[in-house]
Amino acid sequence: MNIQLVQQKFTICILFLITLLWVGMTFSAAAAEQILRKGNGPEPQSLDPHQSQGVSASNILRDLYEGLISEAPNGELIPGVAKRWQIDESGTHYTFYLREQAKWSNGDPVTAHDFVYSWRRIVNPQTGSAYAQTLAPILNANAIIQGEKDPTTLGVQALDDFTLAVKLQGPTPYFLGLLTHSTTYPLHAVTVKKYGNKFARAEHSVSNGAYQLTEWVVQSHIILKRNSRYWGDAKTRIHTVYYYPIEDQSTELKRYRAGEIDLTYGIPLNQYKWIKKHLAKEFHVAPYLGTYYYGFNLTKPPFKDNKKLRQALTMAIDREIIAEKVTGGGEIPAYGWVPPRVLNYQAQTFAWHKMDKTTRLAEARKLYHQAGYSKTNPLVVEVRYNTSENHKKIALAISSMWKKALGVRVKLLNEEWKVFLANRKQKLTQAFRSGWIADYNDAFSFAELLYSQHGINDTGYNNSDYDSLLKQSAIEKDPNKRRQLLEQAEQTMLADYPMMPVYFYVTKRLIKPYVRGYQGNIMDHHYTKNMHLAK
Amino acid sequence: MLRYIIKRLLGMIPTLLVIITLAFFLIRLAPGGPFDTDKTLPEEIQLNLDKKYHLDESLLQQYFRYLWQLLQGDFGPSFHYQDYSVNELIETGFPVSLQLGLSAMILALLVGLSLGTLAALKQNTSADHLVMSFSMTGVSIPNFVIAPLLLLLFAVHLDWLPAGGWDSSRPSTIILPVLCLALPQIAYIARLTRASMIEVLHSNYIRTAFAKGLPMRLILMRHALKPTLLPIVSYLGPATAGVITGSVVIEKIFSIPGLGRFFVLGALNRDYTLVMGVVIFYGLLIILFNFIVDLLYAWLDPKVRY
Repeated sequence: MNIQLVQQKFTICILFLITLLWVGMTFSAAAAEQILRKGNGPEPQSLDPHQSQGVSASNILRDLYEGLISEAPNGELIPGVAKRWQIDESGTHYTFYLREQAKWSNGDPVTAHDFVYSWRRIVNPQTGSAYAQTLAPILNANAIIQGEKDPTTLGVQALDDFTLAVKLQGPTPYFLGLLTHSTTYPLHAVTVKKYGNKFARAEHSVSNGAYQLTEWVVQSHIILKRNSRYWGDAKTRIHTVYYYPIEDQSTELKRYRAGEIDLTYGIPLNQYKWIKKHLAKEFHVAPYLGTYYYGFNLTKPPFKDNKKLRQALTMAIDREIIAEKVTGGGEIPAYGWVPPRVLNYQAQTFAWHKMDKTTRLAEARKLYHQAGYSKTNPLVVEVRYNTSENHKKIALAISSMWKKALGVRVKLLNEEWKVFLANRKQKLTQAFRSGWIADYNDAFSFAELLYSQHGINDTGYNNSDYDSLLKQSAIEKDPNKRRQLLEQAEQTMLADYPMMPVYFYVTKRLIKPYVRGYQGNIMDHHYTKNMHLAK
Repeated sequence: MLRYIIKRLLGMIPTLLVIITLAFFLIRLAPGGPFDTDKTLPEEIQLNLDKKYHLDESLLQQYFRYLWQLLQGDFGPSFHYQDYSVNELIETGFPVSLQLGLSAMILALLVGLSLGTLAALKQNTSADHLVMSFSMTGVSIPNFVIAPLLLLLFAVHLDWLPAGGWDSSRPSTIILPVLCLALPQIAYIARLTRASMIEVLHSNYIRTAFAKGLPMRLILMRHALKPTLLPIVSYLGPATAGVITGSVVIEKIFSIPGLGRFFVLGALNRDYTLVMGVVIFYGLLIILFNFIVDLLYAWLDPKVRY
């Protein structure tokens, strides 16, 4: 064989091998360097699961920690640190069996004692947690929160390192769902005791989730890196997660368009049409467990003891127009309080919700007159809302609908958030805008808000029948009977018109086409460990 | 001079005390408290939080406790960012604002002085009109209009610069925010320089210098520039203090972790200690910069002597 030909073939082989090696290295580097960049709304107040508040902190904590129960991408409950559990016949005793391979990011095993420590800490009034009441269904939790009992009396006990027994006050069908809430995550006791209120910072943080905190620059970014000691780490594909605190959604959109963010926290409503036109394939809308509503102050005129007036106002607005033309982001018009798709619940609606528009408005006018108002003697009412372009647009639309249909004169009062909250709590309002996002997927999360003694019952609604139905539902063991009680309670409440539901929330975000594994779910809970990048 | 410096330094103490006292009581007059949310806290937890942050004490007690803390250089824990103290937040936010602000001021000075001088020398020509039109535009168009426009052009459409974030090791992240922050300053400085330079150029000693046949460059550098700078220096003191303590709009649009956002977010969240910390820090800088301006006056103006 010609030596030159051999040399040529050899060179080609070497070049081919180098190319293969280069391609291989490039691909393996790409696979190793999966970095997800998320817009995350406001800066989290704290990354201590017991001090944090708000969605932005929960998003990060969900990656950092794992509770007894976790969630699949579609929101379905799946085992977390607990590999299995048992519930006794009374529905009040739960026994959780923990994974022996579950580890903290420093290599220590995650034990039942870590859960006991964490749960006692959150209900301890000295911790000052705003979310302590998440654990209210557990035996003695309320008494401990009120300072009447010692935290050690909480109905939770480590039977051994990997068995946790929980005793509830009464059967709580949504208890397992509650265990996905960030307040129920375990804590590494040694770290918390050593560093006190600084234990959640990057330099000290020890977590048991799929990721660990490596950098936190306030108002700039938070970086999480894969936790190699996480029991399910073999399935984790994204190596690094950047969380960017970006409050201004126009800024977030620009950064998304410039390719600096893969997944946004929300979208600017005033650019909804542009997004639908130009980024339709990257725009994701999903139902969310929340209701936007207007509350009536039932403790003062004009709404006190005037159900007909409240009903007339509730009937006079056109929810379809508000959802389509004012908010325009796929929101669902609300004719009831509890949103659709809540587990084990049939959404309830006002009796008149299928009435055609003309009949509905005629009925509203009739009720308005019966309530003592007319065109010559119109209702003059104050409507308060907190500063936001969206709230302002909705308030203007509602006041114009009331004026057109009934002749109501509305005085719109725009207030800064803390002022607005203070006025609502002191019941200095007449009508006010509000919204409620559920902490867990159960109708009770909505129903309890209108319980007469509930701390956030800003309308002052007080109906003993409603309270009684809620109390019965709290001790009912049969899920179907419980469901009927809650549905009956909602019907009772809707017939009293203490508030006016406007629309059910949806989540709206932009996601780059190469982000895989994201699935919209009603709780809007998304775990980075379930995602990967295909680029 | 030394006596003057000591007198001025001592004079800062009562000024600062007035700032602290006013800020302390004003922020507490605002409705709502630091722990108010749309959820209601159980009474026992509210009491414990109040105790932890000494909100259960009388206002006077809180005031004197705060003064005592300040004397030890401690601004206290942030009520809102519970994992951080106010000192730590200022320590992380201020270097960013300082770098951004100083870069913007240096750029503004270089460009503003040059443009202003050019306009004064070419008074009532097309060059003068062009510079003044630019200045008028710079002064009139607010940051929240110009910043998104530049961002759309350079970051989204041309993809030359990043759309946000801050990394001092990557100059590309600094360019757009510095430019946006510098533009109105350039406009102000150019206008001030032009007016001042025209006035100086019409004074007798400059006319004499021209009559003696001195070259233009020498007249400008040796005789005209120093007195021209006087009104600009007066403007620079508070302007620099304002710019280096953070621009809320620029920081928000470019997602920059500076001090300006803490001020606004602190007030909105009723984070008493954070607002106090930033107000005191800002007050201190304003006083210091005004003091430096007064000292510079003595160097620039032979008529001023302390």
